[in-house]
Parts: sequence; C-alpha cells; structure tokens
Amino acid sequence: MEIAIKPYVKSFIDFASQRPEVLCLSADLTSSCEVDKFRDQYPEQFLSCGMAEQNMLSFAGGLAMEGYRPFLHTFAVFLYRRPLDQLINSVAYSNRKVRLMGFLPGITTPGGITHQAIEDVAIMRAIPNMTILETGDATEVETVLPVADAVDGPVYVRVLRGQVPRLFSTPFEFNKLRCLSEGKDLLVVTSGICTEEALRATAVLKEKGVGVRHVHASTLKPFDKETLLEHMSQVDGGVITLENHTIVGGLGSIVSEIIAEEGIGKKLIRLGLKDTFAHGASKGYLMEKYGLDAKALVEAVETLSGQKTGITADDLAEARIDDVHSAAKAEAL
Amino acid sequence: MKNQESEVVALGIRKRVFEHTIKNNGGYLSQACSAADSLAVLYEDVLNLGPSIAPEIPAPFGGVPAPDNPNSFTGAGYHGEFASHYDRFIISPAHYALVIYAALIEVGRMAPEGLKMFNKDGSSVEMIGAEHSPGMEVTNGSLAQGLSMASGIAFARKRRGDEGRVFVYMSDGEFEEGQTWECFANMAHHKINNVTCVVDYNAQQCDGAMSAVTEIGDLVGKLKAFGADAVLVDGHDHDALREAMNRRSETGPVVVIAKTSPFQGMDYLQKRFPRLHYVRFTSEDEKIELRDAIAEQLGVNVDEIE
Repeated sequence: MEIAIKPYVKSFIDFASQRPEVLCLSADLTSSCEVDKFRDQYPEQFLSCGMAEQNMLSFAGGLAMEGYRPFLHTFAVFLYRRPLDQLINSVAYSNRKVRLMGFLPGITTPGGITHQAIEDVAIMRAIPNMTILETGDATEVETVLPVADAVDGPVYVRVLRGQVPRLFSTPFEFNKLRCLSEGKDLLVVTSGICTEEALRATAVLKEKGVGVRHVHASTLKPFDKETLLEHMSQVDGGVITLENHTIVGGLGSIVSEIIAEEGIGKKLIRLGLKDTFAHGASKGYLMEKYGLDAKALVEAVETLSGQKTGITADDLAEARIDDVHSAAKAEAL
Repeated sequence: MKNQESEVVALGIRKRVFEHTIKNNGGYLSQACSAADSLAVLYEDVLNLGPSIAPEIPAPFGGVPAPDNPNSFTGAGYHGEFASHYDRFIISPAHYALVIYAALIEVGRMAPEGLKMFNKDGSSVEMIGAEHSPGMEVTNGSLAQGLSMASGIAFARKRRGDEGRVFVYMSDGEFEEGQTWECFANMAHHKINNVTCVVDYNAQQCDGAMSAVTEIGDLVGKLKAFGADAVLVDGHDHDALREAMNRRSETGPVVVIAKTSPFQGMDYLQKRFPRLHYVRFTSEDEKIELRDAIAEQLGVNVDEIE
C-alpha cells in the first residue's frame, strides 16, 4: 500500500491557484494544516485570521456573501466548538458557501480532549444546510476540494494530513458509497481512517470464510441511503459500523436511523468511541484502547454471528501490509 | 448648520416607535430615544444608498435560506441595489428592529402599513430582525457577529475595488463580547479601512445600566489601541454626527461612538431607569400616565394613537 506524503499540499495549490474567488483562511495553524506552501506562493489569496475563530467564521460569512468562497483551515475542533454560534448564525442559516477544512479529526491527534474532534459529525449533522464530507485516504484528500466547492451551501470536511495511505484509485464522488467487498454474510460500514483499519480485518475474515460486505462512506450528510439499503438487502446477517468518532450522532447513528425508519430487522453494532472522551496518545494506541481497530471489528463480527473466527492478533498483524504506516510517528501538532 | 430633514426624520422615528409601543402594549422604546438621531443622520445624509428595490409593504416570510428554497429573501433591498459605488448598511443589534422599521418608513423606504405586520405570525417584519426583515442584510440577533460579517463584506469590496463603504450600526453592549475585539484586531491587521461603525452608546443593556453589568471603560482609548479611528460625539447633535460619520482613515475602520441618552425626547422614561431595555406595562394606569406624558413632549395627539 502506498503512503502518500502530505497529499493536501499540492492538491490545494492546484485547486485554489486556478480559482481567484477561492480564499484560503487560516487561524494560526497554517503549516499544521498544510497550506504554508500555498501561503508562500499565493500570499494575495491567503488571509491570516489569527487565533480568533469566532471572528473568522463570521468574517467568512461576509466574504461568501460577496461572492468569494473562503476555505477555512484549522483543526477540526476549532471550527465548531468555540465558534458554533457564529457557524450557525453567520454561515449555516444563510447557506453561505463557506468551506470548513477540519484537520486532525477524531483521535488522529495526540492532543487530547482539547484537540480531538470526536463529536463534530454529530454536531454538524444537527445543523440545517450543512454538508459533511470525510476523507478516508490520500486519493480522497486529493480529490475532495472540487467536490466540496460544488456544494451550494456550507461544507465541513474531515481532512487527513501527513502520511496518508492510498486505498482508492478513483476520485471522491459526492454522496456515493464505495463498495470495497461484496460478501453475503454481514455488512460493515466504515468512514475515515477506520476504513483502512477495517480492510485489514476484512482480508483475514474472508480467508476464514466470513463473507463480509464492506462499504466506505465519505459523504455523511447527505447520505447515500438507497445504496446502503441495497447492500443491507444483500447480506443475511447484521450490520457493523466503525468510525473515528463517538458512536452518538455519527455514522453509527446515521445507519441506525435508516434501519429504524425503513423497518429493517437487522442487528446493528456501532463501533467507535463509546460515549467517552479520549485522551492524548498515539493514534494506534487510541484505536486499540477505544475499540476502533481491526481487532474490535473482528470481535464485533463474532458477536454478531455468534461464532468464533479463530482470528488472532498475529493474523491481523500480518495483514498489516503497511510497514511504512506503522513506522510513521504519531501525528504531532 | 441644522439640517431640517434629519431632525424631522428623528422626531418621526420617536413618534412612530412611541405610538407603536402604546398600541401594542410594549416595545423597544428607549432604543428609539437613543438611536433616532444617529439613524436619521445616517439614512438622510450620510449613507450613499440606491432607492429601495424591495416591496413597500414587506412580503411574508419566504422560508429559511436553503439550496432548495428559491423564495427566501433578505431585507437588503430596502437599502437599494448592490452596486460598487453604493454603501451597505449592516444593523448589528437586531432588537433595534422596530426603530429601524420606523426609520425606513420615515425616509420613504417602507410603507407605514408595513409596521402593522410587526411581530405577526408569518410576517418578515419580526420583533428581533433577521436577514429577511426590512433593512436587515444579514442575520444578527446573536450580538457582535454583525461587525465581523461586515468586515468580511468590506474586505471583499475593497479587494474588488468597490468605492462604496460598509456602515455598521452597533450597540454598546456588543463591546462586552470577545468577538468584537477579535474583529477590530483583524481589521487593523488587514487594513480594512472601508468600514464605519456607528455605536449607540446609551450605556444601557438588558439587565440595566452597563456600569452595573460590565463596565467597558474607556471605549475610545481601547478602540484606538486596536487600530481604529475612534471618536466620541454627542449622539443627539446632528452636525457633530454628520461630521464624525464622514471621517476616513487610511489604516483601519472608523468608529463613531454616539453618546446618547435612553430618554432623549421622552423624559418620562427616566422614571423607569434602569429597567429600560424593553418597556412593558403592568397596569392600564401606568400605561396612560406614560402615554400622556410622552405624547405631550413629542407633540402627539393621544386620540390618534389607538
């Protein structure tokens, strides 16, 4: 598996440099959000807003009103926690074309509670007019910008940075689930970094004869309900969701709402942060500790099917085809 | 030199808000006292706005803005078309809505009948104005966001080379919000000098006198330290207001702090100090006493109110 290095850097330069009405806004985390090269090459299109997110959100609303399309760059948490009022009143209500590029989603940062956006999807989903995209690999990071920019209204994007695995060969498609395997036993729905993790488990599960159907969601609001229903109808067993987020209000909730509203008699297991905050540590450690990893997925498969798979930690470790990835240092600030 | 027209408009605003408050058993009356003069000078003499392009009688609420709602609208049309040479006027304290509607009527941008829809279900003439309300260009009820949005509009207009300025009407209580100061720092950093803020410094807020809620201290000094060209003027002196509102700065925004009285033109309201934010009546006697006293001072015939 290829590990791309800072795929956002070039993607944003290529994208924004061709669109003079795009403005790059940053709140003192410019290099951390990989737009420092853009700032240096296109200073006239770059606006430093300082550590002042409340003003930045409302300011962006004003820019968008005048026909500019501001792309706000900061850590995901800082886009919606402190400036939620501004996000709602200055941006979302008026359906302004403001693009919120949220870096370090979920537990991808060792920054702990203050830096980990673990309830962002839940909050953003509850805001009318909001669109939510989540990147799961380097290809999606490279191709999400025009998709986000085509939305008539505000968009929140969970962006991966640094060393990002390349899983997909086709670009980000708006509101379209990707089918990664077509088993008949049970359905696994994943998003973001959890998709890579699930791929490890599904490879081993298939070897053990478990027919896993695996889909990856990169548009969380709206949601490709029709395709999900189709996939659910193709499996005999239940559904497992796995997300880099609290299980309240995110992907697991999206799927559960669909199951309930459509009256589908399937059991659902939601994997993710189980209504808990996390703390500061490496991504790998946190994924294991909070049950966001391949092992947790295998255990959920066993729970759902009532049968042991016999898969060991060693089996999963061998499935980790990304020695480059495991050598990667924890995502620093 | 006295400009007769702005004085007439200011008196008209006070009368209209007063009559409406009596008819509707309550209203934002003290804001008319403090703000009528600065709003009259702005609309009459300072703002460079095109003729209203909005319906004289405001349309019913058109639904919230959304990609699938082509019927939503804003109240910006009452300030004329968007054109590079025209100013925009953002009203940040959305609870001044009644005073703004009265001002729009007095300067001929809205029909007097429009006020009959005030605070009526399904109407766009809401009590706390939102962006669909007459004269409102953005949604401002959560205070201190108007200035930041205005600064974004101003930055965009300057970048595009527009000649028009962005005027922002603010209440003094908004200087208690951190966002206001974030915005002034940002405007100085980006040399946003096409913004003029007019602050109704009536020293009143919802809980009462500002000095009892949170003292904001030396506002002029603070604003100057933040890179603004700030000036304190008598907010009821039209000549002084006009002169201050026409100031220009090369480096940052202009702030006109209009020192005002929440009783101006309605001395009777002093009896209610410090509970002035929203005037309501607890008895008919109380209402009649207030009505008769203020009507006499404003020269309103009480028989014509009801």
